[in-house]
Amino acid sequence: MKQNNISERLINGIIKENPTFVLMLGMCPTLAVTTSAVNGLGMGLTTMVVLALSNMFISLLRKIIPDKVRIPAFIVIIASFVTVVELLLKAFIPFLYDALGLYIPLIVVNCIILGRAEAYASKNDVVSSLFDGVGMGLGFTAALTIIGAVRELLGAGELFGFGVMPESYVPCSIFVLAPGAFFVLAALTAIQNKVKLAGEKKGRDMSKIQSGCNSDCMNCKETGCSKKFLDVSAGKEKDDLEVIEITDGDEFPEQAVEEKEEETND
Amino acid sequence: MIKELFIILISSSLVSNVVLSQFLGLCPFLGVSKKNSTAAGMGTAVIFVITLASAVAGAIYKYILTPFDLTYLQTIVFILVIAALVQFVEMFLKKFMKALYQALGVYLPLITTNCAVLGVALTNVQKNYGILTGIVNGFATAVGFTVSIVILAGIREKMEYNDIPESFKGMPIVLVTAGLMAIAFCGFSGLL
Repeated sequence: MKQNNISERLINGIIKENPTFVLMLGMCPTLAVTTSAVNGLGMGLTTMVVLALSNMFISLLRKIIPDKVRIPAFIVIIASFVTVVELLLKAFIPFLYDALGLYIPLIVVNCIILGRAEAYASKNDVVSSLFDGVGMGLGFTAALTIIGAVRELLGAGELFGFGVMPESYVPCSIFVLAPGAFFVLAALTAIQNKVKLAGEKKGRDMSKIQSGCNSDCMNCKETGCSKKFLDVSAGKEKDDLEVIEITDGDEFPEQAVEEKEEETND
Repeated sequence: MIKELFIILISSSLVSNVVLSQFLGLCPFLGVSKKNSTAAGMGTAVIFVITLASAVAGAIYKYILTPFDLTYLQTIVFILVIAALVQFVEMFLKKFMKALYQALGVYLPLITTNCAVLGVALTNVQKNYGILTGIVNGFATAVGFTVSIVILAGIREKMEYNDIPESFKGMPIVLVTAGLMAIAFCGFSGLL
């Protein structure tokens, strides 16, 4: 039983709910650091460590943290682990620290981590949460490594730093530059759309596949982190100037400005 | 000094554009760019928040973290301060400046912990900017965000009437557009 649960969490994270290919979460680091397969691998593993540790701790503390302040509490826990990992990388793997730079502290705002904390770790026991974190982290690592490998192969003709393309291949260097990241992601989402359409035709449930969070990493739907930083409105009366509460059902942000026209391109 | 600030202004807003070359704040960039008016509102709110946040984060770093030798806590402190600050600003506007709140209010909770805000605060520290330089850098970064999101919204409004291949509808075509914009913005690198 226990064994099943662990492998189920791992497979769920790597394949069924792969954070990059299926849920499309955490796109900022995905695009920024995947200039090579090694960078993608490093970023993925760093995120995995933070994700597994923070999931474990949040699960341990889930009965102690009051509901109203859980988001700030989660953020403090995540930020602490990010700081620990950042200092470790700086001391022991300096080349990776230099390559990833600013994006290491920015793991704090990666929506995968807060999403898993809110959606899974705050409701489940410690072992499952730990392996949920490991599974999600491995899925993220696999995705980043694959995207990094594609960009490195097309942009530099190399794979993990080794030249694999024939001599006659002229590297298309735009793929390792910023625009290439957008193009690779565009191709990825197009494939995802295609799979989704094909699946829907066959009548399968494809609701899990999403095109990422719509407005802010901290406010994605489905994954659970759709609450405000501090639920100030939880116990108070609503003001007359109530605008919108970002709840799970809201289609943000079009409703926000009360534009009622239908979106035609969806 | 003035010249230095001007260079930061140009480089942060155009040359190393926060969205198109650093990939920060990608979620609102893709999510809130369906209409020009919403994009402009979001951009204004981002300018407001980032400028304020870089001022506060810079002051905290200089007067609290550095004297007590606590700089390794910067990530934790910045994220909490920024999130609390945005919430406080939202409450303040709601209470005292209703017109401004109606214009920006809906966007504020969305930016609470946008990676661009934290990214600017951390960049300011990494590059050893003082408080004033940090504010200028924050403002310029946010202006860069606004410029690119408004341009993207304009293009997307036009694209509504185009015939797009089935699987490219929605997000993929927006990403292709963003990629082309990124190529265009590469051209600014000759400015400095």
